[in-house]
Amino acid sequence: MAHVSDLIAEDIDAYLEAHHHKTLLRFITCGSVDDGKSTLIGRLLYDSKMIFEDQMAALEADSKKVGTQGGKIDFALLVDGLAAEREQGITIDVAYRFFSTESRKFIVADTPGHEQYTRNMVTGASTADAAVILIDARRGVLTQTRRHSYLVSLLGIRNIVLAINKMDLVDWSQDRFDEILAEYREFAARIGLTGFTAIPMSALDGDNITERSDKAPWYDGPPLMRWLEEVPVGDDLAAGPFRMPVQWVNRPNLDFRGFAGQISSGSIKPGDRIRVVPSGRESRVARIVVQPRDLDQAVAGQSVTLTLTDEIDISRGDIIAAADNPPAVADQFESTLVWMDDEPMLPGRPYLLKIGAQTVTATITEPKYRVNVNTLEHTAAKRLDLNEIGVCNLSLGKPIPFEAYADNRDLGGFILIDRLTNRTVGAGMLHFALRRADNIHWQSTDIDKTARAALKGQKGRVVWFTGLSGAGKSTIANLVEKRLHAAGRHTYLLDGDNVRHGLNRDLGFTEEDRVENIRRVAEVAKLMVDAGLIVLTAFISPFRAERRMAREMMAEGEFIEVFVSTPIEEAERRDVKGLYAKARAGELKNFTGVDSPYEAPELAEITVDTTSLSPVEAAERIVAWLDEAG
Amino acid sequence: MTPERLTHLQRLEAESIHIMREVVSEAERPVMLYSIGKDSAVMLHLAAKAFYPSKPPFPLLHVDTTWKFKAMYEMRERMAQTLGFDLLVHRNPEALEKGINPFDHGSATHTDMWKTEGLKQALDKYGFDAAFGGARRDEEKSRAKERVFSFRSAGHRWDPKNQRPELWKLYNARKKPDESIRVFPISNWTELDIWQYIHLEQIPIVPLYYSAVRPVVERDGTLIMVDDDRMPLRPGETPMMKSVRFRTLGCYPLTGAVESTAATLPDIIQEMLLTTTSERQGRMIDHDQAASMEKKKQEGYF
Repeated sequence: MAHVSDLIAEDIDAYLEAHHHKTLLRFITCGSVDDGKSTLIGRLLYDSKMIFEDQMAALEADSKKVGTQGGKIDFALLVDGLAAEREQGITIDVAYRFFSTESRKFIVADTPGHEQYTRNMVTGASTADAAVILIDARRGVLTQTRRHSYLVSLLGIRNIVLAINKMDLVDWSQDRFDEILAEYREFAARIGLTGFTAIPMSALDGDNITERSDKAPWYDGPPLMRWLEEVPVGDDLAAGPFRMPVQWVNRPNLDFRGFAGQISSGSIKPGDRIRVVPSGRESRVARIVVQPRDLDQAVAGQSVTLTLTDEIDISRGDIIAAADNPPAVADQFESTLVWMDDEPMLPGRPYLLKIGAQTVTATITEPKYRVNVNTLEHTAAKRLDLNEIGVCNLSLGKPIPFEAYADNRDLGGFILIDRLTNRTVGAGMLHFALRRADNIHWQSTDIDKTARAALKGQKGRVVWFTGLSGAGKSTIANLVEKRLHAAGRHTYLLDGDNVRHGLNRDLGFTEEDRVENIRRVAEVAKLMVDAGLIVLTAFISPFRAERRMAREMMAEGEFIEVFVSTPIEEAERRDVKGLYAKARAGELKNFTGVDSPYEAPELAEITVDTTSLSPVEAAERIVAWLDEAG
Repeated sequence: MTPERLTHLQRLEAESIHIMREVVSEAERPVMLYSIGKDSAVMLHLAAKAFYPSKPPFPLLHVDTTWKFKAMYEMRERMAQTLGFDLLVHRNPEALEKGINPFDHGSATHTDMWKTEGLKQALDKYGFDAAFGGARRDEEKSRAKERVFSFRSAGHRWDPKNQRPELWKLYNARKKPDESIRVFPISNWTELDIWQYIHLEQIPIVPLYYSAVRPVVERDGTLIMVDDDRMPLRPGETPMMKSVRFRTLGCYPLTGAVESTAATLPDIIQEMLLTTTSERQGRMIDHDQAASMEKKKQEGYF
């Protein structure tokens, strides 16, 4: 590439002019440490002159000190980043590398690591235009090759190179290359990967990386770098229907109202008719505002601010779309989920779902099946653990505009956020809407909650008792109900054991079943509050997330959390039902406080400490609180 | 025009603007850290574009060390005025009182007191929950895997093992009240991208990036500019007048100059492309020890 340096030296202006027109390709490399992935990336950086002299000196020194290539330069050392990882000799996260050639700039997502493989690779692949899947020519198509290919296809990457590496170690055998190719082609067809390019190479020696190697005269395809420079990007998005998720409403003064966002697909010109989804309001584009001057046209990928000819209400999360071809709106979907957190995905637990520029609540059904990423087999599953992938239905708190992920990543890709820890716990891809959302509406009735409660001379509410088994929840709740009843209140006590005899008799005590148990109880309590009743519930309800879900199902002030506080030692000493003894003996699994956690409330309305209060005193305190609250 | 035809700079610009708008929509009290260098200049320019015709809805914060080049202070005042930003300047009062400086206290203490502690103080003082920074992934190995949204615990600590996965363009900005986020909108830009963008968009930068004849002394193999009379000269040292420029800007006693005649942007880019020492070589804090940037980050330095 000496001529590039010549151009830089002789005519920097010409070089800059050419460089300004470079395009950008983002790609991911998939392979394990043994396949030579880090070596390949190091080689690409080296061959594109992205390694500076001081780095080169450090590299030579490091190669001698900790290198794995004998005397040779160990390119992998260029790529391994964090100190902790360097010590362990493995990389555990996603790293991004940059290099450029005469026609393109490249961003490489390097996603190595053994443990967090699926999570990291899915993260890296989510922004990639292309994928390079490495195979060690000696070992051929392995389980991990299938896993990489499946994940690449799951994330919708259509430009794929099969890099058959270490060809020097099989004497550049064409038979070996053909054998691997045939096996891979058969597998690729099974997962719907149609087009891919196979390249024989040696990353360590630099064969078929930037230049065609003379060691494989039988290969007539491009070297890797040329493929990367020529593969088309941006594909069909510009040709698609116009969509722009609104990120931010720009209102510097009363005369200007603009809608800022990054165009997700299609193109737009002033005068084009648009429809706002989900509101359905229509208008025309007045201006495409960017600095320093307005545009005549904008396309997918650009960040712009649109103004409209009519004053219509638009807020963050809405989609501005082509009027004649807007996206559909739904609140129930089938999706593929990738779980990314140490805490498992629990069906029924409410999570936050972020898609485009909006965040809504979402609950997930039990997986229809789990996908074994190594064998691609579908197996039954009750939940998803870290790095597991499953197909599940989603139910959202409100309808959203969407498209299938296969058609539009921005409108079909989402992340899930845990509401307590705020961690990003999963990611997913929408497949299609379930028709149910369109057909089931909440039936409005003329007599409402307020009317029903007024007739009873009270306010409907839920008094939610939580605490360890044996803390005294049922005893105290029973006393509270007797006092309320005596005072002429209309009440109902939902008791944990009783509900499990009927409504919830199909549920056990695993984490997922406990979540579902509480969800059903909360739904029943909600209907009863709607009927104007004062509902008392006595359930261990060990998880904050589900208590919070129950709280959020009720109106403000309707949910009163009562923490019946008893130290585990005290509850175990009482052991009214003999359950602790059984749990300690191992006869009872998933027993709260023994081998299943109890998360104490942080902000309960009422806390009663049963080591200092008798049940009667506790009940009186609760009744007094309720009287005071009205 | 098709996305295929969007240039790499157009794609990078659109991505950075998208990130800035997400932060403004989701954080309660964002701020932009302003270091006055070329990356900061690009950040300011991008922020002006992202919210145009509104003014960027956040202030600028300069964590000052009192040891920046004079030309940098002049630039700071000029830029804040031209672009209409509110400018906040914070100087660690403890460092001020003790007169912390790189000559008597060494670069490690100087950086820790003025920058690391100063930044934490300023963020706490104003209650900022999201701070834009101009770090790039190509600068240093430990930054290659930094997230765009980087979470800091209550003590501003960075835990590399506990960062959130970032997929597509979806950034999870939710956090607890005492936590904060550092946001790096130009993560995916390289040094060359920055220079080209400055050239293409005619973004003003501190004149120290251009070559001029300046008074320097050679100290431990590095050319240090004698920017004011606070710099104690060692026996035998006399400032020489040399044609030099700076590839990065920081505190003048800690920033090495390079001999150069590059007086225009194309000259600078040409020189950068033809030289073979990486950018941060001129900045002395990274040399202290192996993987030192990562260590400083864990302690709360940007």
